[in-house]
Amino acid sequence: MKQNIKYRIGKSKFFKFMVILLAILCTVPLFVILIYILKEGITKINWHFLVNLPKPVGETGGGIANALVGSLLIVFFAALIAIPIGIMGGIYLSENRKSWLANWTRLAVDVLQGTPSIVVGIVIYFWIVKPLSTFSALSGSVALAIMMLPIVVRSTEETLKLLPDSLKEAGLALGLPYQRVILRILLPCGFSGVISGAILAVARIAGETAPLLFTAFGNPYFSTNILKPMQSLPLLIFNYATSPYDDWHNLAWGAALILLIWVLLLNIITKITTRRWKVQF
Amino acid sequence: MEKFFKTALILIALSILILVISFLLTLIVQSMPSIKALGFGFLTGKTWDPVANVYGTYPFLLGTLLTSFLALLISIPFSFAIAIFLGEYYPRGWFSEFLKNSIELIAAVPSVIYGFWGLFVLVPLVRTLELKLGVTPYGIGIFTSSLILAIMIIPYAASLGREMIRMVPSSLKEAAYSLGATRYEVIRAVILPYAKSGLLAGVLLSLGRALGETMAVTMVIGNTSLIPKSIFDPGNTMASVIANEFTEAASTLYLSSLIELGLVLFLVTVIINLIGKRIIKRFTTD
Repeated sequence: MKQNIKYRIGKSKFFKFMVILLAILCTVPLFVILIYILKEGITKINWHFLVNLPKPVGETGGGIANALVGSLLIVFFAALIAIPIGIMGGIYLSENRKSWLANWTRLAVDVLQGTPSIVVGIVIYFWIVKPLSTFSALSGSVALAIMMLPIVVRSTEETLKLLPDSLKEAGLALGLPYQRVILRILLPCGFSGVISGAILAVARIAGETAPLLFTAFGNPYFSTNILKPMQSLPLLIFNYATSPYDDWHNLAWGAALILLIWVLLLNIITKITTRRWKVQF
Repeated sequence: MEKFFKTALILIALSILILVISFLLTLIVQSMPSIKALGFGFLTGKTWDPVANVYGTYPFLLGTLLTSFLALLISIPFSFAIAIFLGEYYPRGWFSEFLKNSIELIAAVPSVIYGFWGLFVLVPLVRTLELKLGVTPYGIGIFTSSLILAIMIIPYAASLGREMIRMVPSSLKEAAYSLGATRYEVIRAVILPYAKSGLLAGVLLSLGRALGETMAVTMVIGNTSLIPKSIFDPGNTMASVIANEFTEAASTLYLSSLIELGLVLFLVTVIINLIGKRIIKRFTTD
C-alpha cells in the first residue's frame, strides 16, 4: 500500500515536471527566431537602407524605401475600409442579438475568420484586379480589409455586449435619439475594446503576404499610385528571401526586422490600450 | 435620422453577409471550367502537369494532409502542456504572465518571417539530420514544413485550452482531492475529461490554421508536383501550389483548376473552423 502511494505521488511529480519542461521549451523557438532576426537585421539597417530603393542584382547596398511606403499605404487604406464597416457591423450584432439577419451575419463573420488568406487573394483578383486589368495596391488593401473585418466586428460586438443596459436606458430616458445613444454613449464607453480590436486587426494583417501575391503584386520601383502595383514589406521579404542573391538576402533580413518591430509594437499598443482604458463603471 | 441610422446598420450587416456569399459564388463560378472538364478525377488524379494539360491534385492533397497532421502531432503535447501549466498549475505569477505573452507573440510573428527563418536556419539543420539518417538530404520538404507549422499553431490550442481548463469548477477538483487523488490523477480524471470538448475545439482551430497556412510552407516545402514518398521528400500543399502558380497560369483550365483547389481548401478550413467554434459556443453557454 505504502509503495503504491509513493508511486502515485512520484507519477504526479513526474507529470508536473514534464508539463513545466514542455511549456518552457515552447518559448525557445520564439526567442531563437527573434534573436536571429535581430542579429541578422540590425547590421543592415541604417539611414541609407530606409530612404533608398533596392539596387539591381550585382550592386551592393540599396534600401527598402518603396516597400516601407507601400506597406504603410496598403495597410492604411485597408484600415480605412475595414474599421468603419467593422464597427458598424459590430454595433448591429450587439444591438440585434437574436434577429435572423444577425445570426446569418455572425455565421458569415465566422466563415471569413476561418478563410485561408490565399483564398482571399484569389477572390479579390477576380473582383478588382481582373476588371481593372492591372495589379494594384488598392486591390491589396481590399484583400487585407476583408481579413481585418471579422476581428473588428467581433471585438466591437463583444465590447458593446459587456456594457450594462442601464447606460443605454439612461440615454434613451433623456430623450436622446438612437444614433446619439450608440455613438455618443455606448461607443465612447467601450472605446478601449473597440480601438484595441482595430489595432489588433492591423497587427494581424500588417505581415500578411499571401493575399498580396495576386493583388498588390510588388514593384521594384517607388510608387504611391494606389491603382498600380506596389511593393510591401512582406512581399519584398518573400521575393528576396527566395532569390539566390546574397545582397537581396541582406535587404530581406533588414526588412524582416523592421516588419517584426512594427508588428510587435502594434501588439504591445493593443495590450496597453486594453489595460489603460479598461471598461469601467 | 434615427431611421436612417438603423437602416445603415442593417445594410452593413447585410453587405457582410452578401460579401461572404459572393465570395463563395466567385470561387464556384471561376472553378466551373475545371469542375466540368475534370469532374471527380481532379481530386484523385496523381499527376499534375500543366504543360500536358493534366490536372490531378492528389499530390497536393496528400502534401497538405501530411504537413498539417504531422504539425498537429508535434504541437499538441506542447500546447496541452501550456494549457495545463497556465490553467491549472500556475494561473498567476510573473513567469506565467511571461509565458502567456510569449505564446501570444508566437501567433503575432508574420508567417513570411517564419518561412525566412526556416529557410536559412531550419533547412540546414534538417539537412544535417537527414545526412545522419541516411536519407536524401534535401533539407526542404514535408518534414521541415511540419516543424515550422508546429511552432506557428501552438498558440491556438494552447490559449483556448487554458481558458477551458480554468473553467473547470473547483468543487469538482476539491471532491477528487478529498477522495485522496494526487494532482496528476485530478488532472487526468477530472480536469481533462471536463475540458475535453474545449481542448478538441482548440485542436480543430490549430488544424484549420495549418491547412490554410501559405507563406511559411511555400518557402520551405520544395515546391514539386511529385507525390512525396517519405516525410523527408519535397512536396507541395494546396495553398503553396496556388501561391506559386496562380500568376503564371496561362490557360483557362489551368487557372480554373487552381481556383478549384482554392475552393476545396476554403470549404475544408471553413467547415473545420465552424465545427470548432460551435463546440466552443456550446461549452461556454453550458
